[in-house]
Amino acid sequence: MDKTVNHKAWFLVLPVLILVAFSAVIPLMTVVNYSVQDTFGQNEFFWAGLEWFEEMLASDRMWDALGRQLMFSGIILLIEVPLGIFVALNMPKSGFWASFCLVVMSLPLLIPWNVVGTIWQIFGRVDIGLLGYTLDLIGVDYNYTQDTFAAWVTIIVMDVWHWTSLVALLAYAGLKSIPDAYYQAAKIDQASRWKVFRFIELPKMMGVLMIAVLLRFMDSFMIYTEPFVVTGGGPGNATTLLSIDLVKMALGQFDLGPAAAFSIMYFLVILLISWVFYTVMTNLDKKGM
Amino acid sequence: MDWMAWTWPTAIFFIVIASLLFIFSVLAVKFPEMPRKGVLRIETTRGDRLFITLLGSAFINLAWLGIVGANQPYALIVCLIYAAAVFRWV
Repeated sequence: MDKTVNHKAWFLVLPVLILVAFSAVIPLMTVVNYSVQDTFGQNEFFWAGLEWFEEMLASDRMWDALGRQLMFSGIILLIEVPLGIFVALNMPKSGFWASFCLVVMSLPLLIPWNVVGTIWQIFGRVDIGLLGYTLDLIGVDYNYTQDTFAAWVTIIVMDVWHWTSLVALLAYAGLKSIPDAYYQAAKIDQASRWKVFRFIELPKMMGVLMIAVLLRFMDSFMIYTEPFVVTGGGPGNATTLLSIDLVKMALGQFDLGPAAAFSIMYFLVILLISWVFYTVMTNLDKKGM
Repeated sequence: MDWMAWTWPTAIFFIVIASLLFIFSVLAVKFPEMPRKGVLRIETTRGDRLFITLLGSAFINLAWLGIVGANQPYALIVCLIYAAAVFRWV
């Protein structure tokens, strides 16, 4: 069927454009303006040129935060993706238990981020939290407010708890779409469980897994609320991820110029990843995966 | 508009981007084109290539600032070469 081409239809997009202008474009333009100026409040600005960008590119603080951010995203992807696939493979395919599992799996996804943070903040406390108290009781030295390793373990386990379900649900959807004929053929060929997974299930899940990886990467790269509620970026700066550092700089220290330069670079990285995400998705769509 | 802290350089920056978007929109309407596949093995239209150019130019400018650190306008020459390459081969 031929599609009708009517460029007047673009006017229907106008309300969205106005909304986006006020919620995103105008604030972003302001950030760009701030990034080349200095201010001491009172809405008075002084030209600074590229000074803040230079300062940020040379600052250990930003590179350290970026390093921590990449480590965080890397670790949670390494855990959540295989774990999600494992869970999906072991979920019942039909009947009451299939629905039951789906509901239970989606529960963590429905909890607001600050609540997730609060849950884990209390859960890990040595005096009143179930996890912290138990660990303390069996002699494990665990205190996420003082020990870097404990803080990292806590925020990673929290993220895994919160988001593995998403990977599992996506992988499950991918598995459900595999026709029975493939499994029957594998059975006739006496393929092992591993070979069924490697040559049937994994290739068929590739599309949804790609979405899962990119979604989780993006989300974890921008994460703020959960680690901030649990550790506040500490101990020291040990869990200060990019967005936490940015908020500290912009609102805590009121360094609007450097924070604006930082935001722009952060935004560019996210824009790049989003573009890759979009391109990969549309290309997978065209291949019919 | 005062709270947006406008300066002439940033205003010119946004005017250039806005005019580029406008020109490419007009081009897309007046001379529709088929997407093509280039070195990246992805289908791109003129608009996609403009996006890749602009985003890449931002990173080129940052890299120049971080590594060379002086004579920032020369980074724009690198960007122009990059733009030509993107429009020719991507």
